[in-house]
Amino acid sequence: MNAENYLKLVQFYQDYAAAVDQEDWDAWLNMFTDDAKYKVQSRENYDRDLPMAVLNMYSKNMLKDRVYGMTETIFHEPYHQCHVVASPRVISASGGEIEAQANYSVFRTKTDGIAEVYNVGRYIDRIQVTDQGFKLASRLCVFDNEMVLNSMIYPI
Amino acid sequence: MNQENRIPMTPVWGHEDNSRIPYWAYTQEEVYKKELEKFFYEKHWCYVGLEAEIPEPGDFKRTAIGERSVIMVRGEEGEIYVVENRCAHRGMRFCREKHGKTKSFTCPYHQWNYTLEGELQGVPFRRGVKQDGQVRGGMPKDFKPSEHGLNKLRVAERGGVVFASFDHEIESLEDFLGPTILKYFDRMFNGRKLKILGYNKQRIPGNWKLMQENIKDPYHAGLLHTWFVTFGLWRADNRSELRMDDHFRHAAMVSTRGDGSKNADTTNISSFKESMKLHDPSFLDIEDEDWWGGPTAVMMTLFPNLVLQQNVNSVTTRHIQPTGIDSFDFVWTHFGFDDDTPEMTERRLRQANLFGPAGFVSADDGEVIEFSHEGIEQNDREQALAVLGGRTVEEADHMVSEACIRGMYDYWRKVMGV
Ligand code: FES
Ligand SMILES: [Fe+2]
Repeated sequence: MNAENYLKLVQFYQDYAAAVDQEDWDAWLNMFTDDAKYKVQSRENYDRDLPMAVLNMYSKNMLKDRVYGMTETIFHEPYHQCHVVASPRVISASGGEIEAQANYSVFRTKTDGIAEVYNVGRYIDRIQVTDQGFKLASRLCVFDNEMVLNSMIYPI
Repeated sequence: MNQENRIPMTPVWGHEDNSRIPYWAYTQEEVYKKELEKFFYEKHWCYVGLEAEIPEPGDFKRTAIGERSVIMVRGEEGEIYVVENRCAHRGMRFCREKHGKTKSFTCPYHQWNYTLEGELQGVPFRRGVKQDGQVRGGMPKDFKPSEHGLNKLRVAERGGVVFASFDHEIESLEDFLGPTILKYFDRMFNGRKLKILGYNKQRIPGNWKLMQENIKDPYHAGLLHTWFVTFGLWRADNRSELRMDDHFRHAAMVSTRGDGSKNADTTNISSFKESMKLHDPSFLDIEDEDWWGGPTAVMMTLFPNLVLQQNVNSVTTRHIQPTGIDSFDFVWTHFGFDDDTPEMTERRLRQANLFGPAGFVSADDGEVIEFSHEGIEQNDREQALAVLGGRTVEEADHMVSEACIRGMYDYWRKVMGV
């Protein structure tokens, strides 16, 4: 991958973080392919090859339903997220597809609170290069935390 | 704070029946210490795990009963042992892996070695060292390894589910559950081998009893949870039953789902969303299973530390592990059955999106428990109200009742002596 494309990829990772942090769910949905997989999984399940995950979505339509759920149906304390995403590590790039990974830290700040380390882990991604730019065909968020701090409403 | 407003040293219940629950029950450190002793460490079968988690000899899983760390391990002959994770020498919590496979347990500090069953079999320098032709140090001659094994728990296993008790003087698991609850237990664990799908873990900042109450409370399920209400999975107008054991410590909430249509009852429910449609209906791709025998959801609470969930095709155990008076870890083990088709496994995994820390209908349970605890701590001279469906404890053929919560406190008071 040449430097220019790598910079585009870095921008894509930062755009994702910005979309989630700013709760711009249309922009977030737009970063996935129609049959995208999106999963948030504990490292314990991942390392032991157990399929269970905190969130386990198999299509963009499921992600749309998730957005509806978290904005309209799930009662929860309002909170902000702040994602700090490291530079992506490219595993492979061939044809129209990139395999890349990046470490992330997510801080959560509740309405009356101060920021706390909420979720720390690694994105494991398959990204398609399309006419409309990069699209996630699969994003797996593997987190190191043994526990979710009570609940997880917004995507990582 | 003036004298009258103080909470008495020995808290009194302060109400003639169980339709009021004093908030000190959730906030007093002494009460919590006593609960650990009375419910988690004495006379109660506590959940530790599923047999399928440790399929082979030497497989072990570290878990907890109350605040005590224990290890569930399979012995050479396939039998299951549960030992306390505390070295008999100087107390170290020696087992640090969450799971694994081993031939024996060694405490790293002074390398005492134990069999899988917990017998002490190796003590370095037991006979001292030889120096200048003399034996120096070592254990006294009357030291008997057989008296210094790990703390062994009594174990009971049924249908692939493993329970343990620190207290060896305890009734059988079957008597502990009682015939009513046993019937629902056996419905779910009818002898088929289980297949572990994985874990979800959440730390919930609230008193552990609030989780027991949450799953004994059918009232909230059809109100708080929009998904349940809108898709008819759990709703006040569904055919349902509330069942308890003779001591009222355990409960089963049984429900058969309706078609999710709008009717006279849904006008009471502001969370009912008539126009809500799924973009991807596979979340609710439900297939009836023979073993259900009718009900589409049975939520069981086994006192003190277990919730058993069947909600349509999603089946889990949920393990309550208190970590203090105001916090507990909630560990979900999702499973299926060995004879599940790949499609059924997919279905269980997809429906798992409804449950767990991010679940469409469970994420908010953790939230409401956290905020309930906050409100309780605000003034623990007040009390909670549980009069829905009456003031006494009785089973019901509907879900507009808090009888199972009253029942739990009826039992709790007897054991706690308040
Ligand atoms: S504390 Fe375990 S061997 Fe000494
Ligand atoms: Fe609930």
